[in-house]
Amino acid sequence: MDNFSTLIGGIAGDGINEAGITLARLFSRLGYHIYMYYDYPSLIRGGHNFSLVRASRQKIAAHMDQIDVLIALNQETVEKHSMRLKDSSFVIYDADKVKIDGIKQKGCGLTITQILKEAAAPAVMKNSCIIGGYCKVVGIDWHVLEDVLKKHIPKMLELNMQVARQGYDQAALFCHMDSHANSRTDKQAQEPQPILTGNQAISLGLIKAGLEAYVAYPMTPSSSVLDFMARYAQDFGIKVIHPESEIAVMLMAQGFAYAGIKAAVGTSGGGFCLMTEGLSLAGMAEIPVVVVMAQRTGPSTGLPTYTAQGDLHFVLNAGQGEFPRFIVAPGDAEEAYYWSGVALDLAWKFQVPAFILTDKIVSESQYSFDIDLAGDMTSELKEQTQQASLLWDGQGKYKRYRYTDTGVSPLAFPPQKGQVIKTDSYTHDEDGITSEDPQITRETSDKRQRKGQSLARDLERYETVKVFGDEKSKTALLCWGSNKGVCVEAARKLGLRVIQVLVLSPFPEGKLKSALQGVDRLLAVECNSTGQLARLAGFYGIKTQDWILKYDGRPFSVEDLQAELGRALA
Amino acid sequence: MNPKDLVTTARNTWCPGCGNFSIMSAMRMVLAELDSEGFPVENVVLVSGIGCHAKIVDYMNVNSFYSIHGRTLPAASAIKIANPDLKVICFSGDGDSLAEGLDHLIFAAKRNIDLTLILHDNRVYGLTTGQYTPTSPQGFKGKSTPAGAVEHPMNPLELMLVSGASYIARGYTHGIQQLQTIFKEAILHKGFSFVDVLQVCVSYNNQYENYNKWTYTVQGNDASSFEEAQKIIRSWNYDSSAVPIPLGRLYQIETQRFDQTFAPYRQNLSERDGKIKALLENFV
Repeated sequence: MDNFSTLIGGIAGDGINEAGITLARLFSRLGYHIYMYYDYPSLIRGGHNFSLVRASRQKIAAHMDQIDVLIALNQETVEKHSMRLKDSSFVIYDADKVKIDGIKQKGCGLTITQILKEAAAPAVMKNSCIIGGYCKVVGIDWHVLEDVLKKHIPKMLELNMQVARQGYDQAALFCHMDSHANSRTDKQAQEPQPILTGNQAISLGLIKAGLEAYVAYPMTPSSSVLDFMARYAQDFGIKVIHPESEIAVMLMAQGFAYAGIKAAVGTSGGGFCLMTEGLSLAGMAEIPVVVVMAQRTGPSTGLPTYTAQGDLHFVLNAGQGEFPRFIVAPGDAEEAYYWSGVALDLAWKFQVPAFILTDKIVSESQYSFDIDLAGDMTSELKEQTQQASLLWDGQGKYKRYRYTDTGVSPLAFPPQKGQVIKTDSYTHDEDGITSEDPQITRETSDKRQRKGQSLARDLERYETVKVFGDEKSKTALLCWGSNKGVCVEAARKLGLRVIQVLVLSPFPEGKLKSALQGVDRLLAVECNSTGQLARLAGFYGIKTQDWILKYDGRPFSVEDLQAELGRALA
Repeated sequence: MNPKDLVTTARNTWCPGCGNFSIMSAMRMVLAELDSEGFPVENVVLVSGIGCHAKIVDYMNVNSFYSIHGRTLPAASAIKIANPDLKVICFSGDGDSLAEGLDHLIFAAKRNIDLTLILHDNRVYGLTTGQYTPTSPQGFKGKSTPAGAVEHPMNPLELMLVSGASYIARGYTHGIQQLQTIFKEAILHKGFSFVDVLQVCVSYNNQYENYNKWTYTVQGNDASSFEEAQKIIRSWNYDSSAVPIPLGRLYQIETQRFDQTFAPYRQNLSERDGKIKALLENFV
């Protein structure tokens, strides 16, 4: 089989995310690529949660609406998702709690509640039990599940194994689905890969490139970067701080940078609002800072746990005054890893703010992660951007804001014997002392603009725009961020070209125009209501003929986009 | 080192008679003294907010981070955590730290992070030409409160005491000797040191006469006693002027500090590759 989708649903508190990851790990061991979308409301207990786990022989980064198996821990799951079932689909459910009357597809009811009761197992173990049954139905060998449970169940492993086995054995009696999921002999099978969220990939990319401090105030969907950094702080020697507000966060990151420590911060739109005064300080004082900005549905509190691409223009323009910034929008875990490292490096090389602009989908979805495919951003950097080349050479008097051709002044960190290192939020002279002189005002502005131009030149060596699908097609989809995966897949089916703009500032005008050669119809695909990339591209004279926009907080499924494209291109 | 070595070429734009001159002179003398005692001035970083007080960093030839309004402490905190060998001294105003950045002040005290904060407490917004601040008395007629401020002032020392500051003192810009003593104590203190300086603004809130009449230096107090410090601190609430105003070191204890919790450890990047690959195995 090439594609296999499973949806597991229950109430918040049932451990649906973790159950989805367990399913993902099973398929990963069978040699599949994984993508998992996790849907949850903004509450701790109750409410409907589901994980949609898709396994594919090809690299994927999008979900499909139709599913092969529905795992229902409660009645609501059946009611909400039975429309996703195909004729060949299968429903596995807790027969003690769920009825599937009126569903024409085959079902496998397991007496989960009873099994748990007899084993005196806690309620959360229903996941292990039903996944045991699932493996039998789908045809995943017991030893594969055993391997996953042994590796990933930290507590009460024996009991988990026991209830999983009972689920498996009960399913064996009367349930079977001819899925061929277990066909390890398939030539396309790959070695099992780690399964990471985009936020975990971002964290690792930053760590790889030399991050030394992470400062954040929790905000969905960025919080898991903070969680990851805090958990592994000791292992990697990273200083992790969760202070009083995003205002403090942004200033702390710059205090670190002033003292020579590479720092990043993370937030979502509301938190980023608070960071903007500090962002402008970074622009004026030329302090490197990396911002992980994970978008969710706005305005204001919006939908905290759902997605959007509504903050591109906010991030492009945030902060008073004019100063250069780097913005990259990765589309999957590998890009998140690679470009986060690049962002850290560019922030320091050009002493500018660097943004990793994601959304709930890239940040919180699970992806098969291939570190070799992602690439080693540091090997590329070593030649040109070793930290040493950015540092003051120790000759003469140190001037923090010395004028140079590139606009970039060499860095020095206190203490430096006999030298004074001054940084300043006011307009300042080369020494970092406040000035209101018109000539200095103009020169420092020019200096900042030169840095932006140097940054743009440096980016020429990176793949800031990517082309997928049929590169000869005259019809192209224009996308950014998390829509990469769904666009690539839909375009492949329809024989279209896909152009993904990875770097949004400095805008890769030349590369985008090259990618557009031969295109006579350009469709923007975005998760916002105003076509933010389309408008940005329009500023550079690039016209989009159609806009396919989704702004209900949910990502495009492959079927969604195919249907939209079908209508648009009819 | 001579205090004169700590002067920059920047032209001073404080009003003649401004209390900030006393704070700057006292600080230059203390830093020069510390330098000759073996604590080199290049290990000092000055951090300021925005306001008349903040110009001090332009006038002092010392490492500095001229921050934004109210945000002195978070920047300073990270500098200290980044390099514990640095002495980080913050200059802030009453508008700066008690209005715009009050949360940072409370958290710095709560963390007892090893920083010194000098509050240039002139009880008026000077740079914006005369509005009331959190320490202006009730009835203060400023440009934004022409009928008189409705609110009572806050007592920053009392706030600092309950928030966890481990060194609390008050000085007055007419007592430069005392300022030197306090500044040095505060800088050498391990923990969050809060120094409220009654700094006279000659242009918008000239309190010389009032302060000369009512200030006195506390003698023989037990600075390790929370209750005693609280009693002294509460004896003047910044509102009525017709009561004695205590000056001097009011509270000092040794207690755990936030900055102690970070290992002074910088990992070799080549070590990270192996660790990342090993960590990824956990995610298979």
